[in-house]
Amino acid sequence: MELKGIGLEEEIFKISKKSEKSMKMEFKGVSLKESDFKEKKILSLENKPNLKYAWDTGVAIGRFLAELKQGRLIGRKCCKCRRIMIPPRMFCEVCFKPNDEWIYLKDKGTVNTFSICYVSWDMQKLKEPQIPAVIEIEGASKMMGILHLLGEVEPKEVKIGMKVKAVWKEIDKREGAITDIKYFKPI
Amino acid sequence: MGITEKINDLRDIKSWHGEMPVQYLYTYGIAGEKLFRAIKDEKKFLATKCPDCNFVYLPPRIYCQECFTNLENSWREVENKGEVHSFTIVYLDIENKPLDVPEVIALIRIKGTNGGFIHKLGEINPEKVNIGLEVKAVFKEKREGNILDIQYFKPV
Amino acid sequence: MRKVAVVGAGLTKFVRRSLETGKELSYEASKMALDSCGLTLKDIDCVVFGSAPDAFDGMHMKGEYMLDGSGGFRKPYMRSYVGGGTGVFTPIQGWYHIASGLFDSCLVVCEEKMSTLRPHPQGAFLTIFDHTLERPLEPNLLWIFALEMNRYMHEHGLSKKDIALVSVKNKKNALDHPCALLAQEITVEDVLNSEVLAWPVQRLDVSPITDGAGALVLVSEEKAKQITDKPVWIEGVGWNLETSYWTNRDLYYPKQVEYAARMAYEMAGIKDPRKEINIVEPYDPFDYKELHHLEGLLFCKKGEAPKLTREGVTKRDGDLPVCPSGGLLGVGNPIAAAGLMKICEIFWQLRGEAGARQVPGTPKRGLAQAWGDLMQVGTVIILGR
Repeated sequence: MELKGIGLEEEIFKISKKSEKSMKMEFKGVSLKESDFKEKKILSLENKPNLKYAWDTGVAIGRFLAELKQGRLIGRKCCKCRRIMIPPRMFCEVCFKPNDEWIYLKDKGTVNTFSICYVSWDMQKLKEPQIPAVIEIEGASKMMGILHLLGEVEPKEVKIGMKVKAVWKEIDKREGAITDIKYFKPI
Repeated sequence: MGITEKINDLRDIKSWHGEMPVQYLYTYGIAGEKLFRAIKDEKKFLATKCPDCNFVYLPPRIYCQECFTNLENSWREVENKGEVHSFTIVYLDIENKPLDVPEVIALIRIKGTNGGFIHKLGEINPEKVNIGLEVKAVFKEKREGNILDIQYFKPV
Repeated sequence: MRKVAVVGAGLTKFVRRSLETGKELSYEASKMALDSCGLTLKDIDCVVFGSAPDAFDGMHMKGEYMLDGSGGFRKPYMRSYVGGGTGVFTPIQGWYHIASGLFDSCLVVCEEKMSTLRPHPQGAFLTIFDHTLERPLEPNLLWIFALEMNRYMHEHGLSKKDIALVSVKNKKNALDHPCALLAQEITVEDVLNSEVLAWPVQRLDVSPITDGAGALVLVSEEKAKQITDKPVWIEGVGWNLETSYWTNRDLYYPKQVEYAARMAYEMAGIKDPRKEINIVEPYDPFDYKELHHLEGLLFCKKGEAPKLTREGVTKRDGDLPVCPSGGLLGVGNPIAAAGLMKICEIFWQLRGEAGARQVPGTPKRGLAQAWGDLMQVGTVIILGR
């Protein structure tokens, strides 16, 4: 454990106003190492709150999930700006009014952007890289995409602009979830 | 994670279940480290005093909240005694099940300080607790450097 | 609106894991800021505190919790939050407390203690994704940066080499910053050979989690003249938010940053930022973000920021010094405090107090910018003397 004021590079500066005396710029902050905890050089306290939620799906996403269970993608259309939106919402954020219609979309699309991810959220190495992508869905307006994963493709073969289609879970395994689509694969 | 109900009707889909996978490892900081070391190693309470505001902080802080004076060189040991500032008698646990023995939770003002601790009272009949009651800390045998190193406070 | 000056600044060292609690970090930065301009807490009318998600340290009502360490005890006090944009948004809120005429002085404090969260602070970021449609895919915060970076590179035909130069420059600049966590002289090859986390993002493209705090003292014009001969004026502020439907927009360009910048430029009377602004501290949690933001801030055409970097224009001794502090890539990334660190840097630079980091010439005007939420917000402040 390092104590304050150790190894500081100090800077001196002067303030021109006569009433202000020159002062040192001293920066505080004590840096700890992981081993300081393990070796109990410092005290600490662990805490794990139990945070569980049931999020209401609401009208738009409720329908969207139900349609996923049927193997379909659905969006909403605003008749004023003519945008067809996915994920669906019951209002148009551009026109700021309720939107108007449900529209079935294709279960295919175009890779707008992607990544090849080698680590999990807690920075552990993954056995197989994951390929998250934003997929613009056919039938929706330009740039209307969803986040999903790509599969049945070599990472180095993935390209922006690539056409892909949804690979669905078997019907009896679907539960009305975004994961009812296993991934998207190249057409 | 998953929908809990089996879905037969579109209207059945109501909520999506999930959790926040968070856990924490807290450091006690400059002031807290000193406080809990003193409790753990010496069964002592350490406070800081602002010389300008004449205010004694327990739990200690390295600054005066009123005037921002640095208190890192203003440590003092205080007694492990105090008085009940207010209290409540708890009959149910966190899941609303009756407790075998009711618990007395009190805000204890430690002598010679402007602060104190929220803690349990022990070795006392709940009906005998009153505001102003003088109490002292009972420390655990095996201490780890946290607030539970104080087992409870008991009447003097 | 009244003129508002910055008269004091304070910062803690940026460290991977601090012994100090968040309150203690806030205190150290606030105390330094007050001392630097010879004020005490009694001279402060109100306090604005900024910090990113509560989930980092598991303290709900974090603003209220941090109150006494931030000097807000029994004062008008508020907490500010727009994700990564917080460090620049908090001083904007401080600014309107004074510009409005309601107060004459304001202490602005930004603090972040990210190290508390286990097993990794990313646990907090998971919860920014949509709970029903995105979290079941087990996303990773790196994803959104990787997706944005890839789109940016694709649109302009950029290579990773073009982008790595930013990391090299900023980590080198940080060698002169006494608070820096990540200062080092590295090469483009080091960046390109570092571990691939989420292609195109590699280990040295990213600034890691950090603990730290920063503070500023803002005062009205009348007070500023009593306090110092070297006030630094807040000439313009701007902020703007994009939709949280982030998969519904083109990620190659940060439009919200442009809108925020335009708002600030209009307030400051700036027509050509490239000519009228001398130093820039854009938000650089990832190397490509500095480029993305230079474009959004209209310092160059879309896709041309890598060229400025290649030509050395953005070096500390270049024509337009960018992140002379060392930025988040070099100094560290305690989210809200990192944004505020950028304003401290502009303040010190304009007063000629940046020590070894001082840019040549006598800069008259600087800009600090931050960005965040689900890639949604842009926050901009322009300072001048």
